[in-house]
Amino acid sequence: MSNEVANPTRRRVLVGASIVVGAVGGVTALTPFVASWNPSAKARAAGAAVKADISKLEPGQQMIVSWRGKPVWIVRRNAEALANLDSLNSSLADPDSVDAKQPAYVPNTPVRALRDEVIVMIGLCTHLGCSPTYNPEVVPTAFDANWQGGFYCPCHGSTFDLSGRVYKGKPAPTNLEIPPHFYESDTVILIGEDGGNV
Amino acid sequence: MKKLLLLSLMMMVPMFAQAAGGPSVALDSIEVDASDHSSLQRGMQTYVNYCLGCHTAQYQRYSRAAEDLHMPEDLVIDNLIFSGQKIGEQMTSAMDPKVSAKWFGAAPPDLTNEVNLRGADWVYTYLRTFYVDESRPYGVNNLVFPSVGMPNVLAQLQGIQSKSCGDVSEYDAHGNPAIDSATGKAITHQSCDILTVEEGSGSMTPAQFDAAIYDLTNFMAYMSKPYKADSHRIGLWAILFCLLMTVLFYFLKKEFWRDIH
Amino acid sequence: MGVGNPNRAKAESGIVRWIDDRFPLTQMWQDHMSKYYAAKNFNVWYVFGVLSLLVLVNQILTGVWLTMSYEPTAEGAFASVEYIMRDVEMGWIIRYMHSSGASAFFVVVYLHMFRGLMYGSYQKPRELIWLFGMAIYLALMAEGFFGYLLPWGQMSYWGAQVILSLAGAIPVVGEDLVQWIRGDYLISGITLNRFFSLHVIALPMVILGLVVLHILALHDVGSNNPDGIEIDQNKDENGVPVDGAAFWPYHVIKDLVAVGVFLTVFCLVIFFFPEGGGYFIEKPNYEPANSLKTPEHIAPVWYFTPYYSMLRAVTQPLFGLDAKFLGVIVMGGAIAILFVMPWLDRSPVKSMRYKGWMSRVWLAIFVVSFVILGYLGTLATTEGRTTVAQVCTLLYFLYFILMPFYTRMETTKPVPERVV
Repeated sequence: MSNEVANPTRRRVLVGASIVVGAVGGVTALTPFVASWNPSAKARAAGAAVKADISKLEPGQQMIVSWRGKPVWIVRRNAEALANLDSLNSSLADPDSVDAKQPAYVPNTPVRALRDEVIVMIGLCTHLGCSPTYNPEVVPTAFDANWQGGFYCPCHGSTFDLSGRVYKGKPAPTNLEIPPHFYESDTVILIGEDGGNV
Repeated sequence: MKKLLLLSLMMMVPMFAQAAGGPSVALDSIEVDASDHSSLQRGMQTYVNYCLGCHTAQYQRYSRAAEDLHMPEDLVIDNLIFSGQKIGEQMTSAMDPKVSAKWFGAAPPDLTNEVNLRGADWVYTYLRTFYVDESRPYGVNNLVFPSVGMPNVLAQLQGIQSKSCGDVSEYDAHGNPAIDSATGKAITHQSCDILTVEEGSGSMTPAQFDAAIYDLTNFMAYMSKPYKADSHRIGLWAILFCLLMTVLFYFLKKEFWRDIH
Repeated sequence: MGVGNPNRAKAESGIVRWIDDRFPLTQMWQDHMSKYYAAKNFNVWYVFGVLSLLVLVNQILTGVWLTMSYEPTAEGAFASVEYIMRDVEMGWIIRYMHSSGASAFFVVVYLHMFRGLMYGSYQKPRELIWLFGMAIYLALMAEGFFGYLLPWGQMSYWGAQVILSLAGAIPVVGEDLVQWIRGDYLISGITLNRFFSLHVIALPMVILGLVVLHILALHDVGSNNPDGIEIDQNKDENGVPVDGAAFWPYHVIKDLVAVGVFLTVFCLVIFFFPEGGGYFIEKPNYEPANSLKTPEHIAPVWYFTPYYSMLRAVTQPLFGLDAKFLGVIVMGGAIAILFVMPWLDRSPVKSMRYKGWMSRVWLAIFVVSFVILGYLGTLATTEGRTTVAQVCTLLYFLYFILMPFYTRMETTKPVPERVV
């Protein structure tokens, strides 16, 4: 054995190339292992869009459908509630829903809905994932003497208005999330798909 | 009135494949083609119309077929899903297995893996070799699956096929009729597996029917290994990469082993 | 002042030194890699050890991933395999890597064992390496057997049924033993569950442990080589064997070429011929297990077929024992006799290169018999085939039984001092 390398450049190039090719191969070989952790076809089928028929939803009522294991609220707001929304802006953390998770085609105006009276949102508090309760009446409550109607989270006391916008000084960081959805017909909402909305 | 003689394809196609441990009838050989999307689409249409009523394909999802066979999902929903299922669901049958077990004596088997289990040639031959046999409960028997407990659901397309004995030509390795070099006559042998379709008794001509069954078998072959096309595509790159890597390592080895005398 | 054991090799400074003071990192690296010398004349037969290790890693990695989606119940097992193949993204690659990997494991292990037989790698002082290796082989067969039940197809079920019923041939306790193994009156979800546990936990741990022992023993006495010369007998002034090359980097890089070739072939199998023509995944396994219907032809997976042939070759009762039990004894004996190999070979030389013609002829007879038995084991029996299997079984055993005689009788060639 000799310690002299006849052609150090050739050796360096070969070592470098081998390391690069080996690394590329190694990382590529991991693809199936990484990809197999994505939601499977079964999970995707179970998480497919769900239909909600709102023909029987009266003004002031809330209905809850399950989409991907989450409660999705559909609330038909009455005229007073809609009229009231603008006046709440000053007491809300993010009245224009700038930081909120909502599809681009849902306006970030105070109504936050494709149709003014009907709002669709994911009923999980953006703080730690509890599901807030529906308190639509404008009456003094234990958690707010000046309650204007909306949602109250029993876990840590976050409060939201009827557009799911969080009040100032509450633990929830952002407004309630709005899932992708569209009106398949006048009375049927498909939750989980954009339906061509962009 | 001239009757069209339709000989079993065992005489038309010279390539035989023997079913392992199965029937003595030679199977007709076909090449399935996972890239022929229109054939696969027609095959799926036949499957959902004629097979799915009894035979589930419970591991195959409609959405996967839509994607792999290049069909828009709404077209699949409108034309290929009769059960009101969602596109992401598996192709299960409308029939309760318990009810069908009562009807047929045994629950009709799931067919997702049928081509894996028996091979495409078997399926292709089986579906085309039902013949009239009044001694059987459904009035039909089958050449490759004798005493099968399934009615010939495709009879309406194929027509009435019956079995008879007679002389059949033999073929050489190139598919040409074999000629006895001494006498100059065609070589024949006696067979009692000659299938004849009564002309005009089915809605398809024999050629159309064979093509339809080819499409159906092709779809079932796809369904048995839906990843096959991906596998061949990825595999080619993987092998090329490994070869490149091997060559590189070979030169690396040569370089380092210069040190060793 | 350094800390820790002062008698071991340590790095000069830095983080490695810090570790070396607490853990023999540099020492281990030198012992097993940079200062582990193996003969420079290794030929292609010497790559199968490293390839076995590669396949072991493949099996463990893919096995862990398969377990994530597999369901070890009689109701769900078959469907969960289909789920892996169809619904899990790229799950089919992982499963084919595992199923083809099982066959690849036996291919490389058989070639590795043949190398040992050819070059006398089991001879003194490497008897323990051989014994550990044989234990790995045994554990691997158990691993393969338990694993084959998991897809819960017809061949899984009836293959397990046939092999399990072998234990039933043991006089007196046989039937109770089989029932105890199954935990039921038939192979059921209960059996599946325990086989699953053994397959994914118990045996992999045993195999890993044995592999460590196998390699530690090897690195203690050093590798054999095609000439059967102890390279430690010829060292230079630095104590480095003159006929050796350091494992790192020389042998590692040499092995990389073999890894490249192996991966090419492996990719060809998993992407184009994953069923191995029905030998890796058998057709009846596409039908869920059904305890009321036996497939027309049951054959064990190819790596068990030589022994399966021997089992079937025994057709006559003898010494008051019935043929079935004798078959089991013959089958067990065929594996057991491999263990005593180091004590059967009485030749003064290790390598086939310097042994006489009788050793060569008998090795050839052994290999041919083993292959023929393996082939016959995949087929249904006929009278002629049984006769051939009986002859091959006899030859298989004669290779071992006659070894103490022919290895002593034959004239050997002189072994050179140095590796050529």
